[in-house]
Amino acid sequence: MIVSGSGLVEALRAGRFVVTAELGPPRGADTDVVRKKGRALRGWVDAVNITDNQGGFVRLSSLAGSLVLLDEGVDPVMQLTARDRNRIALQSDLVSAAALGVRNVLLLSGDHPSYGDHPDAKPVFDLDSTQMVWTARNLRDHGQLLSGRSLDPPPDLHIGAVENPFAPPVGFRARRLAKKVRAGAEYVQTQLVFDVGAFAGWMAEVRDLGLHERAHIIAGIGPIVSPQALEHMRTKVPGVHVPDAVATRLLRAGTEGFTEEALRVCAESIHRIRAIEGVSGIHLMAFGREHLIPEIVDRSGLDRSRFDMNACGSRERSADAG
Amino acid sequence: MPPPRAVPTRPALSSRTLYRLHRLLEPNGLYRFVARVVERHAWLRRPFTRTEESVKRKVFGCRMCGQCALPVTGYACPMTCPKQLRNGPCGGVLPDGGCEVYPGERCVWLIAVERAEAGGHAGDLERLHRPIDQRQWGESSWINYWQGRDDGLWTEPGGRATPVDLGLPVLVTGKGDRER
Repeated sequence: MIVSGSGLVEALRAGRFVVTAELGPPRGADTDVVRKKGRALRGWVDAVNITDNQGGFVRLSSLAGSLVLLDEGVDPVMQLTARDRNRIALQSDLVSAAALGVRNVLLLSGDHPSYGDHPDAKPVFDLDSTQMVWTARNLRDHGQLLSGRSLDPPPDLHIGAVENPFAPPVGFRARRLAKKVRAGAEYVQTQLVFDVGAFAGWMAEVRDLGLHERAHIIAGIGPIVSPQALEHMRTKVPGVHVPDAVATRLLRAGTEGFTEEALRVCAESIHRIRAIEGVSGIHLMAFGREHLIPEIVDRSGLDRSRFDMNACGSRERSADAG
Repeated sequence: MPPPRAVPTRPALSSRTLYRLHRLLEPNGLYRFVARVVERHAWLRRPFTRTEESVKRKVFGCRMCGQCALPVTGYACPMTCPKQLRNGPCGGVLPDGGCEVYPGERCVWLIAVERAEAGGHAGDLERLHRPIDQRQWGESSWINYWQGRDDGLWTEPGGRATPVDLGLPVLVTGKGDRER
């Protein structure tokens, strides 16, 4: 199903500037939404993340969503949080995902349930995100469970982690990422970048620690499509930092031109981020407006011929990004 | 009884005092002997554990996980983090340093980083912490510490997370690390 040269692993290995996108599964027992959105993204991105009950709101599971994407010929990234599962369930899900052909996993702590639609739920957090990464690497490289029992065959996983370069303590964020990389993270998707200057500063620290040579850093990018979304982003989403300059610029565009300006901000950010040494790609988060993702890819001037799976091999160009 | 709610807590004593105090409490033959005896007799163990709990609750907001991380976290307890993260702060820390779950409280990992760095123990922040044994809740971490059971809780600063020594029980294989 995965066309050779189209997956995230292959794209990163080939040194291409990758594009991943986020897709939030629906609240309902129907895979159609994932299928349609996945199909619309095929040919525009290298892989698509399926969130894991994002924000603590119950949705179709990330494993189910990932399988639907596989079926549509899209390389999935299965997100898995420590919020809802203990180490037994986590290891089982990792093994199951690999067994079903889902190779990319993104391991994160997850939002606390107090933010979601079940604030009365028991927060699990048996392992933390670093320990999850470590566990996944032990499963894969040593074929061993946390209990010490062996696993045959071990799961073939591409292990991902996240980092937020903008959350305090800012001076410790690169070192925290270093721990995840030591534990086994092979690629890292960051929180949304609206302050490219601050991101560049963090990347300098990442390079000083040599992390960009041991893991692929993928910068988070997303459009703020309305004044309401801006307000929500600034007050309700933990860990997202929208600088005043960006907010003012968007608000000045007015309600009519808001989305247009947001797309312009994205394209400019991508352009600047591509110039930063050690960045391997971008991760697009559109929060339900996935139809905007092709538009963003288009405007950012990324060569997308390699994504086009209907194209013949001769159109496959190498290393499109500088 | 379930442990009290995890709310970020700033230690009541300075890190300098606690780093000093720690030197007096490091395991030695006497402490090991005391720990062994106390552990064996319930009539000693219970009051000992209760005393430990009341002291550590007052000073650190201790919830009695039984596997103390304090010596390598600037004496700020990561188990008071609502997500109980042992390896550093989550990505949801508010711009003013507040906890995303309890915005009025300072993130305990922020406190830990500040205290460890100010005390010349920045290297401690690089250690990888293994998953805890959830069976130890309510047990005395002092008894565990003095008997050397905590030795495998974290790696050396900058140490790689291999060989396989992550879980409980601690296992060591001869296999090399898979290099990138």
